[in-house]
Amino acid sequence: MADGNLVMQGGSARPQGGTLARLARKRSTLAFLMTVPLLAVIGGLVAYPFFYALYLSMLNKRMTRFIGLENYTFLLSRETFQSVIWQSVLFAVGAVIAKALIGFILAHVLHELPSKGQRKWRGMLLVPWVIPPAVSTLAWWWLFDPSYSAINWAVATIGIPPVAWLGEPSWARFSVILVNVWYGAPFFMIMYLAALKSVPDQLYEAAAIDGATGWQKLRHVTVPMMRNIISITVLFSLIVTFANFDIVRILTNGGPQDKTHIFGTYAFQVGIQSGDLPLGASVSLFMFPILAIFAVFVLRGVTRRSKEMAG
Amino acid sequence: MSTTAATESTAPLPMYHAAGSIKRERRWALIGAYVALAVFVIFFMFPPFHMLITSLKSSAEIADLNGNPWIVSAPTLQNYRELLTEGNYVIHFRNSIIVTLTVVAITMVISTLAAFALARMRFWGSAALATGVFLTYLVPETLLFIPLFQIIGGLGLYNNLGAMILIYPTLTVPFCTWIMIGYFSSIPKELDEAALIDGANHLQMLWKIFIPVALPGILAATIFAFTVSWAQFLYPMAFLVSSDQMVLTVGIVSDLIRGDTFQWGKIMAGALMAAAPPLLVYAFLMDYYIAGLTAGATKG
Repeated sequence: MADGNLVMQGGSARPQGGTLARLARKRSTLAFLMTVPLLAVIGGLVAYPFFYALYLSMLNKRMTRFIGLENYTFLLSRETFQSVIWQSVLFAVGAVIAKALIGFILAHVLHELPSKGQRKWRGMLLVPWVIPPAVSTLAWWWLFDPSYSAINWAVATIGIPPVAWLGEPSWARFSVILVNVWYGAPFFMIMYLAALKSVPDQLYEAAAIDGATGWQKLRHVTVPMMRNIISITVLFSLIVTFANFDIVRILTNGGPQDKTHIFGTYAFQVGIQSGDLPLGASVSLFMFPILAIFAVFVLRGVTRRSKEMAG
Repeated sequence: MSTTAATESTAPLPMYHAAGSIKRERRWALIGAYVALAVFVIFFMFPPFHMLITSLKSSAEIADLNGNPWIVSAPTLQNYRELLTEGNYVIHFRNSIIVTLTVVAITMVISTLAAFALARMRFWGSAALATGVFLTYLVPETLLFIPLFQIIGGLGLYNNLGAMILIYPTLTVPFCTWIMIGYFSSIPKELDEAALIDGANHLQMLWKIFIPVALPGILAATIFAFTVSWAQFLYPMAFLVSSDQMVLTVGIVSDLIRGDTFQWGKIMAGALMAAAPPLLVYAFLMDYYIAGLTAGATKG
């Protein structure tokens, strides 16, 4: 096939004349030219900024002097930053577990429904994920308002005292996770639903003949068949949630007492608002090792899955 | 199997019970399913619902602590009218549209060309580049906004809408390229051969065969690029400071909150209108929308 193309174009695998015209005719040259814009975006606006960030993070605040790893050691010694690390982990892990569970339950429930009604319900359940989070978080912010909270109003009708959703540190931590779960659970649901639909019915029939209970079917048929999608979705969501910005920025802006700051919002506060770009860059870069590890596993899962689907 | 069928027909009584209990079990499962659905639909829908209710209230009604926040007693379109006639909301909307449309167009050109080259025209390093594209998609914007702040400043684009058009493609191009590599790879190679025999060159092949055949994938990628550009918050937040340059996601907050005065009615009306374009796309193109945002893990 590939050889056929080459022959037809009169080209050759080995450049013989080496003239520009011949080079331009070559298939691989054309292919390379077609990827130049992509390379420019990735190289100029992703790879270059990344390396620039590494350099930036080793300068002093006024960017006049090279100070090595001082920004990193300074951050690690600060109590605020230690709490940022802890809160980022809590935020990401807590939110992803909740999203994965809710998504799993909803996908199963939807899968049970007759296919006619399924579409309608699915349409409604995906709405939180369609609204831009920067916009929907405004609605939550208003719902959490200290004096006008509509949630407090509603729970007051059954006699529960008002909650300081964003004013008290542990409630604020809960609130930012809650909003993230609200926004992200539909994504898990739709991924799991797609995976559920791809499990062949024969497997369940075989399990039923063997006398498997519902729980055993779930444990021995559904979960193994979905394992790859589950791990891809969870890892992907860990990356996105860990690096979140919108929700925390709008809802609490890191408060009260910097207790809800995660890497993204803290980097913004330090780097942009306080004008210490090198320190802000260091805060962001602390995310890198953990993101890189997750990314490698996502890639592995995706490659495995595409092989499975091809095979 | 056959024994069950036999017992059912010959000795119906005992099996009847079993079948009935299965049916009843199934009915209870279905009822449970609907209850769970109802609970989650309420959880998922009440914030947008409350948004709508608040947007229809006058400032006086919102400020009235004795009122019920979940119902509106005197609905008014005042908030919407004021947003659309005074202040910068219309400018923000226009800016969002300009940025989004431009970014979508740039993205689709870059990723279609690159995906075609990577899917069909193997060259040195093309496999590594495809992997690199996917890994780039996993780079979050919170990792890069600080160096980009410096770079944008160096280019003289700070507080300029054009900076968004320059930067947003980093968020859209990798994923769009990745899913289109998948769509293009699934097109049978026989089509290429037929085109080559007919004397088409590669660009004609892309234009006349690949784009029409992969149209659903292209639509999904377009919707993805649209959604991401429309919703982007961090970059405008970091790089835009004057109201006339802002896009919707940051404009609503910056213009409608003055110190301690929150114009909640207008904020909710503005937020709802900002959510409308993606919601409309979703309502009409749900399947492509879902494909666009989930394909990363299911296509390869």
